[in-house]
Amino acid sequence: MTDSTLDRVARATPPRVARRIRGLSDRAIAWIFVAPTIILLLAVNIFPLIWTIYLSFTNYRANRPNAEVEWVGLRNYQRILSDPEIWQTMQATAHFLFWTLFFQVLIGFALAWLINQKFRGNNLWTTIIVLPMMLSPAVVGNFWTFLYQPQIGIFNNIISFFSGADPTSFSMIGDVRLAPWSIVIVDTWMWTPFVMLICLAGLRSIPDSIYEAAECDRASKWRQFWTITVPMVLPFLMLAVLFRGIENFKMFDLVVQLTGGGPGSTTELTSINLKREAFEKWRTGYASAYAVILFVTVFGLASIYVKALNRVKNR
Amino acid sequence: MKTKARLFAATALVGLSSLASTGAYAANLTLCWAAWDPANALIELSRDFEEQSGHSMSFEFVPWPNFADRMLNELNSRGQLCDLMIGDSQWIGLAAESGHYIQLNDFFDAEGISMDAFIPATVEGYAAWPKGSTNYWALPAFADVVGWTYRRDWFAREDLQAEFRELHGRDLDVPADLQELKEIAEFFQGREIDGRTVYGAALFTERGSEGITMGVTNVLYNFGFRYGTADNPYQLEGTVNSPGAVEGLEFYRALYECCTPPGSSDWYMSETIDAYRSGQVALQMNFAFIWPGVDQDANVGGDRSGYFTNPPGPDGHFAQLGGQGISVVSYSQNQDAALEYIKWFAQPEIQQRWWELGGFSALNDVVQADGFVDSQPFAQTFLDSMEIVQDFWAEPTYAELLLAMQNRVHRYVIAGEGTAQEALDALVRDWTEIFEDDGKM
Repeated sequence: MTDSTLDRVARATPPRVARRIRGLSDRAIAWIFVAPTIILLLAVNIFPLIWTIYLSFTNYRANRPNAEVEWVGLRNYQRILSDPEIWQTMQATAHFLFWTLFFQVLIGFALAWLINQKFRGNNLWTTIIVLPMMLSPAVVGNFWTFLYQPQIGIFNNIISFFSGADPTSFSMIGDVRLAPWSIVIVDTWMWTPFVMLICLAGLRSIPDSIYEAAECDRASKWRQFWTITVPMVLPFLMLAVLFRGIENFKMFDLVVQLTGGGPGSTTELTSINLKREAFEKWRTGYASAYAVILFVTVFGLASIYVKALNRVKNR
Repeated sequence: MKTKARLFAATALVGLSSLASTGAYAANLTLCWAAWDPANALIELSRDFEEQSGHSMSFEFVPWPNFADRMLNELNSRGQLCDLMIGDSQWIGLAAESGHYIQLNDFFDAEGISMDAFIPATVEGYAAWPKGSTNYWALPAFADVVGWTYRRDWFAREDLQAEFRELHGRDLDVPADLQELKEIAEFFQGREIDGRTVYGAALFTERGSEGITMGVTNVLYNFGFRYGTADNPYQLEGTVNSPGAVEGLEFYRALYECCTPPGSSDWYMSETIDAYRSGQVALQMNFAFIWPGVDQDANVGGDRSGYFTNPPGPDGHFAQLGGQGISVVSYSQNQDAALEYIKWFAQPEIQQRWWELGGFSALNDVVQADGFVDSQPFAQTFLDSMEIVQDFWAEPTYAELLLAMQNRVHRYVIAGEGTAQEALDALVRDWTEIFEDDGKM
């Protein structure tokens, strides 16, 4: 009779260790296996979160370690929530979030639908379309400042070509009315391909047999689109919106490179504002309260959204 | 055996101590500064130190827009990357009070380095904290100040001279005050020169770091803006938002609106120099450090450019101080070698070579030497400008004070939000809150 691996391992285990393990339940052994991961998670995720919550009730400054740390209660939260400038950055973020999602979904879905049509070279077109999202956001932000340059920028010259306006008569990143749109345009240019890819996956997952059945029932293309394509792609679309929503809520690098938050504070999104508070002004306690508020907001909104997404998926 | 071991240990000890006492150990010193032209000159200059001392030098240079962020993070985290720091003048309060720099008084006394040997404004601006005291935390390393560059070749054109004379009743020449500067900028705005459209002036308008503050203060100071009073340095009401200061802020916005190239809403040192070198503008606001580069430039260098100090306004004649002092970082493991570097750097012949390489020395022996004003076309303007300098706050909370001003001024000047009075009133509120939080008010 040959030994199994289990027998060989059992024999090789020292008697003292074997006795100890024999006394452990399966549950205890399972805990031993997951404990390192849990400890790591606690150390790098949960502890910093709890520490941030604690700091949010103090006047702590990381650049003044010798200064006395005072417990200030809810003062940081009160200051943030009653500060009109914070609300202005929230407004700028909401504008950015809404319009980027709107355009990316619209254009992304349209592109996916076009790419999904069988035509020669659609793989090549897919590759060309996804190129922008392969670039670094900082690089994109930087080169779009040149594209938006009123004197030599391609963007202004294209607008000028179609509208007849003098290209130097408007500045996309220097004008209060245009700057919020300038960041929307760049983000849309960069991330629409991502939405397109997810939609394409959704479109390709729809079995042809459904369309064939609809054809047999003499359903028009328009009707097929609204009753088959849209409902079946919707969960994918919602997933894309979730990913892009979370990403754009914490948008930083692209906008900093493009506008630096200006003109004034027109494009100062919450993440830029938070970074200034935390790592330029070094108001660590205040910035912690700010981060907690943002965390609760994103977590709350994302939870509601995920519930809605599950409901759509289970339909 | 025991005797042999003792003998060996004693020999080793004597050997080590003799090495230490002669300073013959070789350290690898890291010097941190901004990434700009003078930094390259310093690399060249430091070769001499490496040869003399046996120490090797490494350099960590960070571009200006990220310089304060990166280096203050390094200091605040007690990093040991930098042994020597050429930090901005406004950091001195924070660096001294938080213990980032070592105090240099004893070292200066021991080595016979006198602060009287340096331009007074640089000692006060780069080395002393608290201001007005004789506690020194740095050696003035690079004197700098905001001044103006202009297209001398355009100014010299007969047709433009005639047109300007007819328009303003005076020669097209270096402006005597800020109002004249604006008139000149207006004169050039949108003008065709050699088949190209050119513009009046390139100004500091940058939002992200310190740009617009370093620009607007050159106008504000000269219109009556003050940081507190002699009796109360934290008297903000009526000084920061005085009627003169309001007028000054309105002037800067008017200058931005009338006379800058399109798309210049976020410009600082590099963008303004690019605009000037490419022949887009007649006038350029910038720090003096660019002048050697302008003088050597193939397009605008030599006789084609001239230099002048920031013009006076109705209530004073000042210019924004730039420049830095060199300090020893208190977290450095190579403090002795770093001090050796400072001792070497303070020598008059090294300072003279520093000036020749394009570094703006603050040593009186160099700047007051015979022939200094003729040594470079901008030398006299540099000296005159250093006589009228005024610096931004150097308080430990300087970063907060700066960001508040960036925000308020950019909103008014570039975004056109509200009035100048509202912007400065809001700035007073911001600064009051910062000083109250810091226990200064």
